[in-house]
Amino acid sequence: MTIKETNAAMISRRHFLGSAAGLTFAVSLGPNGGWLVANADAKAAEYGIGAWVRITPDNRITIITPAAEMGQGSMTGVPIALAEELDADWSTVTLEMAPAEPEIYGYDNGGTKVMRISGSRAIRSYFEQMRLAGAQVRKVLLQSAARHWGVAAGRLVTEPSTVVDPSSGRRLSYGEIAGFAEAPATMPAVSKDELKTVREFRLIGRSVDRHDVPAKVDGSAQFSIDVHLPGMVYASTVHAPVQLATPASWNESDVRELAGVIDVLPLEHGVAVVADTFEHVLAARNALRVKWSEGAAAEGFDSERALGSEYMRIARDSASLSKPVSTSGDVAQAFATAAAVHTADFRSDYGYHAQMEPLNAVARFNEAGDEVEIWEGTQSPGGSRQAIAAALGFDTRQVVHHQMYMGGAFGRRSITDYTIEAALVARDIKRPVKMIWTREEDLAFGMFRPQALQCLQAALNDTGKVTAWRHCVIGDGDRLLYSGIRLDDYYSIPNQLIEQRGASHGIRLKHWRAVAHPFNIFAIEALVDEMAVSENLDPFLFRRERMGLTPKAEAVFDAVERLSDWRTPRPAGRALGLSVSERSGSLGAGVVEISLDEDKGKIRVHKVWLAVDGGIIVQPEMARRNVESGIIYGLSSVLKERATMKNGAVVQSNFHDYQVLRMAEAPEEIHVEFVERDTKPTGLGEIGNPFIAAAVANAFHALTGKRLYHMPFTPERVRQALHT
Amino acid sequence: MIKFKVNGNPVSVAAESETPLLWAIRDHLGLTGTKYACGAGYCGACIVHVDGRAVRSCQTSLESVAGSSVTTIEGLSPDASHPLQKAWIAEQVPQCGYCQSGQIMQAAELLERKPQPTRDEIVRHMNGVICRCGTYTRIVSAIQRAAGED
Repeated sequence: MTIKETNAAMISRRHFLGSAAGLTFAVSLGPNGGWLVANADAKAAEYGIGAWVRITPDNRITIITPAAEMGQGSMTGVPIALAEELDADWSTVTLEMAPAEPEIYGYDNGGTKVMRISGSRAIRSYFEQMRLAGAQVRKVLLQSAARHWGVAAGRLVTEPSTVVDPSSGRRLSYGEIAGFAEAPATMPAVSKDELKTVREFRLIGRSVDRHDVPAKVDGSAQFSIDVHLPGMVYASTVHAPVQLATPASWNESDVRELAGVIDVLPLEHGVAVVADTFEHVLAARNALRVKWSEGAAAEGFDSERALGSEYMRIARDSASLSKPVSTSGDVAQAFATAAAVHTADFRSDYGYHAQMEPLNAVARFNEAGDEVEIWEGTQSPGGSRQAIAAALGFDTRQVVHHQMYMGGAFGRRSITDYTIEAALVARDIKRPVKMIWTREEDLAFGMFRPQALQCLQAALNDTGKVTAWRHCVIGDGDRLLYSGIRLDDYYSIPNQLIEQRGASHGIRLKHWRAVAHPFNIFAIEALVDEMAVSENLDPFLFRRERMGLTPKAEAVFDAVERLSDWRTPRPAGRALGLSVSERSGSLGAGVVEISLDEDKGKIRVHKVWLAVDGGIIVQPEMARRNVESGIIYGLSSVLKERATMKNGAVVQSNFHDYQVLRMAEAPEEIHVEFVERDTKPTGLGEIGNPFIAAAVANAFHALTGKRLYHMPFTPERVRQALHT
Repeated sequence: MIKFKVNGNPVSVAAESETPLLWAIRDHLGLTGTKYACGAGYCGACIVHVDGRAVRSCQTSLESVAGSSVTTIEGLSPDASHPLQKAWIAEQVPQCGYCQSGQIMQAAELLERKPQPTRDEIVRHMNGVICRCGTYTRIVSAIQRAAGED
């Protein structure tokens, strides 16, 4: 199976197919007995092409996959849903990456169609439309076979890639049908009732191999950083250390004298150096001296001071800054009549995406300068195309877009600032350009998960039930601060005041895997554990008896209690911790088993168990790995990762001081279990990371009797906690 | 002109002697399976073999490999048939895949030296190579599988 690279010809043809027909599934008879082509485009299609599916007489099926691939497996998982309802023989399926045409290949996002893959959205957003599309194509095949045999379509059935007439035993492969069929003028309607039941699935729920894996073990997978064009030159931007300052002056003539240097170009927040080779770009970067404008908002910003004292002042004194996220009941009354009140504050540092492939893109203009071709890996192909067009003063149609594999994204690659830089440089120097941000640049000009202070209070009534909840999150980033702060998906607390109070630091911020869930869930689930301990109740029991678990939560807690064998005592020096989180419609309850090196202050997580309700699991093995990935990504952030800013500049510069989890620190065992439910799939890419901070902190308390309140749990913080 | 062998073929690269081998391999020779990720020797995405030893090509100068024999992921086997590559597929290890060339090249050195490594030996040997998608436990399984097939 292969992935074909998109090219300009394919894009224009598909664009034509989609827009001319106005329907994804317009069909017509193609030349050479072709099949499933758009009415208006019959002549352009070799054997017939549909916007989503092409079936050729050699019995091959090509499915266009709309899902950007950043490692999560969606480029394979999304078209599985179409292949399922089409009843395709998966071994004959080829995938092609869709061009950046959201109006054709997008999913509905509140009235507009987008291709953005973020928020664990790929499978859940595309699932139904892909299934309906597959069912429609299957229906056309059934009807065509029925006409061919002169029988009623209703008596025919399908087996993988074959139409069968059970009464006569006659069979026609999909390829054979593609060879003779006459197409209907319009596609037959399919209702949701006609879709397969779970019991009828042949592909969903059974694991196929990922399409991208073979190319990722022999070096042939193409990321944008691997693109090479004739006459291409290399560029890298040096951005202002104080984020969003602008270049005032620079030693252009010195840099231009260096070997291979072609140009030195000012950009909005940086200066790009262009050279014939990347090693010459690196030398030019080192020689470049830039004087930056003064007055950037981030100037003087000290992140540790802000998190240490400024946020607490806001929490205490600045009620006027409060923006309610959600309120219910009578919180004041519930606290006034409470039998017990628990209060705790939690902190978390800035997080950097640290995707392994540094941000980069390739851009090439045509001779006339009125069309640009872009190679990039983006989570948002349609949005990126538009943003590039806007930056160049182009119409979107003047941007030809090639989606590439992404060497990680984690939320960083849904904005396209790096590609815009590539395009601007390519336009100025009139040559194809590969723009690569160095790792140092990727970090210094990063867009971070905001640091935050969480102030929580919970009230228990005289029967020990949790009746009221206050949660205030303080930091910069507005909506990036409060995802995951509401607990109604798993707990039922009648009186709640959940609010956000903003600060503003001029630091670039962005969605990070699971956005604000990692720090909000840390605070929520650590406080729940404090209450359970204080009430002398087992953490499962406390949640069940005192917090009003939803049925969905009951199921995942039951599952993880069994999965982790919670009741069985662990060896000396080991302890367990429990936590739960919702994300993207999924619910996961998890347990970790830890040990501690007290002298070094190092927590070691040995085992992780996570029970997940993700609805129908389309590809269990892929899903399991995606959840494992979330767990490791989360654990990395919980134990190690911290970005800080001094005088408005990011302090860390590479993996030696922005440390991420390595193999020796990874759990020896990770057990992910899906709680089976016949409901629509929900997001799985981020259900692994939010729960783990509190699970580790709660296990730490079980082991040491001490609490951790500041994420990440670095050795210094661990030692400090042990000595309080 | 610095001359050496890459994947068995003699090559010569016209670049300054201190140019990192990484850029010579990727840009001058067009073998892009070897990846740039940190450029400072911290992550291992750029690991190749020089005379059978796993090195970080971003920290290896071109002049230091003159006359040597370099193997990249593209040359590990002619058709992705190295036991590790097969095991990587069987275990469905890669996610984003960007670090996996480095992982496989580092693992290949281990199996050359120690065909039946223990889990601890695997972890010690592989610890320097970062995988941001967190495929570590799958990498261990794949190495164990490849070792078992020898």
